[in-house]
Formats: sequence, structure tokens, C-alpha cells
Amino acid sequence: MPATYEPIATTTLGSSASSVTFSSIPGTYTDLILVVNGTSTATNGNEMQFNGDTGNNYSFTLLYGTGSAAVSSRNSNISFAYAGRTNTNQSVSITQIMNYANTTTYKTVLTRASSNGDIVMGNVSTWRSTSAITSLVYAGATFNSGTVFTLYGIKAA
Amino acid sequence: MSPLLQTFANGSALGYRSRGAAAGTAFESIATATVGSGGVASVTFSSIPSTYKHLQIRAIAKYNYTVALDFSNVMLVFNSDTSSSYSYHTLLGRGTSVDVGSASSQSKGVVQTFMPTNAGGDDNNVYGGTVIDILDYADTNKYKTVRGLGGYDRNSSGRISLNSVSWQKTDAITSIQISPDTTDGWVQYSHFALYGIKSA
Repeated sequence: MPATYEPIATTTLGSSASSVTFSSIPGTYTDLILVVNGTSTATNGNEMQFNGDTGNNYSFTLLYGTGSAAVSSRNSNISFAYAGRTNTNQSVSITQIMNYANTTTYKTVLTRASSNGDIVMGNVSTWRSTSAITSLVYAGATFNSGTVFTLYGIKAA
Repeated sequence: MSPLLQTFANGSALGYRSRGAAAGTAFESIATATVGSGGVASVTFSSIPSTYKHLQIRAIAKYNYTVALDFSNVMLVFNSDTSSSYSYHTLLGRGTSVDVGSASSQSKGVVQTFMPTNAGGDDNNVYGGTVIDILDYADTNKYKTVRGLGGYDRNSSGRISLNSVSWQKTDAITSIQISPDTTDGWVQYSHFALYGIKSA
């Protein structure tokens, strides 16, 4: 069986940053997975944009537990996909970008996030574009030095 | 949102590390099914080798039904077993409220509460996504545990769910059928991929 789940690129912040960009993403995989492990200067929902598209072409639905309640909320016609959450405690967000290179469907993005001391959550976003994803920007917070962003590719047989 | 750091997949930027080869990875592609024109009632992966520790199914899919507000569960059947051997729990976010559910002695396992339909308009291009983990699928000493994360957002509404399924059989899983919970099936371009994860 063909082995897969390859690291495409990794960025470890040497100083705080408000965004990280992965560009020139090859179209040779089936799915992308972005793992973000780190902290930010405040509690923030994290945002993702594709191919430089800053238009209101995204929507998302969230589900999260606060420790005392389960909550669901959503946004339509917004300028970013929701892709996890960070705070001053070490937190992890794992985002699945499904069939990112296909040019037939809109893009579906799934995230599970553990924003420690804050919430645990799952969320889904749609980017209303049939373009293949070739770049992404991860933002929405001021990420602290030491935060690690790793992009993987998975290829189906 | 100007980037402060930038990385390139070809390894041409600072602060970036690339490993091109997949050799040694424990994650392998086993089989893929892409639905063609006309759709299919279900997708089945059969003759699954028992050489892995866990399985993962990754899919985008849409339910072949033309009513926008009707959505379908994603159902799993292992080894063609439709006896009352499945139980499940769901945690569902509707965007405005949260639902929970469970059932036991079921003929199939629900691993995602909803997938979108092909109701027209924007729905034509919206496919739901799901990632399903099947743990210790070849262990003949355990009932099988499955967990799923899935959902869709079609701008006017969305669903996100976390699910678990128990198949109360100790048989090694050798086939998996994936279907909606009606006979309407999956539409063209729905895509299902099965992966195996090795242990040391």
C-alpha cells in the first residue's frame, strides 16, 4: 500500500506573529492537515483564508463545550474560515482541508481544537470556491514565539 | 492580514523544513472510491487487510435528495452485519442549538448526523466532510469503537457533529459499507478514501 501523510512545511515562530502563510502548496495530495500547537497573547478564534481570497465567501458552524455548557453558533458570508482557537495556555488546533485540489466542489474544512483552560470545540467551514487551494493564511491572533504550524498532505490511492 | 512569516512548499524560504519522502510513515492509503455520474446507493470497502492497527475513512459526500431541509445520517455497516449490534452517541451543533442523541441495538452505526443534499443553488457545490477513525479494527478480543467528526456549512445553515459508535462484535473488520440512512445514495463527486495506520 502506498505510504502517505507527508509533512509539506513547518514554521516555528521565533518571535510573535499575527499570521503565517503557506504558499505554493502542491496539488498532488487529496487532503491537507494543518496542526497548530502553541499559544497566543489573548483568547482568539483563529482564521484561515485561501488563495488570498479576503471576500465574504466563507461560512462556518461551531460546536464547543465551555465546561459548563454546550454551545453552537455560526456565521454566513464572512471573510474567513474558522480554524480553531488559541489562548495563553498551550493549545492545539487540527484542521482538515478536504479534497483541497479538486475543482468541482466548494471546499469543506473541519477543525478540532483544544483551547486549554478555555473550551474544546469542533467546527466546519465552507469556502465557496471551486478553485484548487494553493495557498493559505492562518491568522486571527497574535501567536507567541514557539508556536508551531505544520502542514501535512495525505494522498489517496 | 499581512503575513509576518511565509513558508513555501518547495523549501525556498527561511524558517521552513521540508521532508519530501513518505518512507517510514505509518499511514497508508488502502482504497478510494469516487462516485460517478448517476450516483450510488452506498460505497463498500471489502477485503480490508488486517495488517494495520487502526483505520481511517476520510470523505466528502452529498446525499442524493432534492429537499433542502432534509438531511441524511452517515451509516456504517461492518462485515455485512445488519443485526442489532450497533449503538451510538451523537453531539450535534446546528449553529443555533445543540442536540444530543443515542441509540442501542441498531442495525447500522451512525457516524455523522448529517450530510447535505443536492437541493440546488449553492447546495450543488457544497459537500459535507467527515473523518472517521475505526480503532483496533482487527482485534478479535474487543468490541469495535468508532469515532467521527463531520459536518457541512451551506452558508444559510450548517451542521457539525461528534459521534461515537460501538459495534458489539469481536470479529475483525474486513468490509465497511458507507451509506445514507435512506436508499437515495451518494451523488457524483462524492469521494471516500480508506487509510490504514500501523503500530510499531
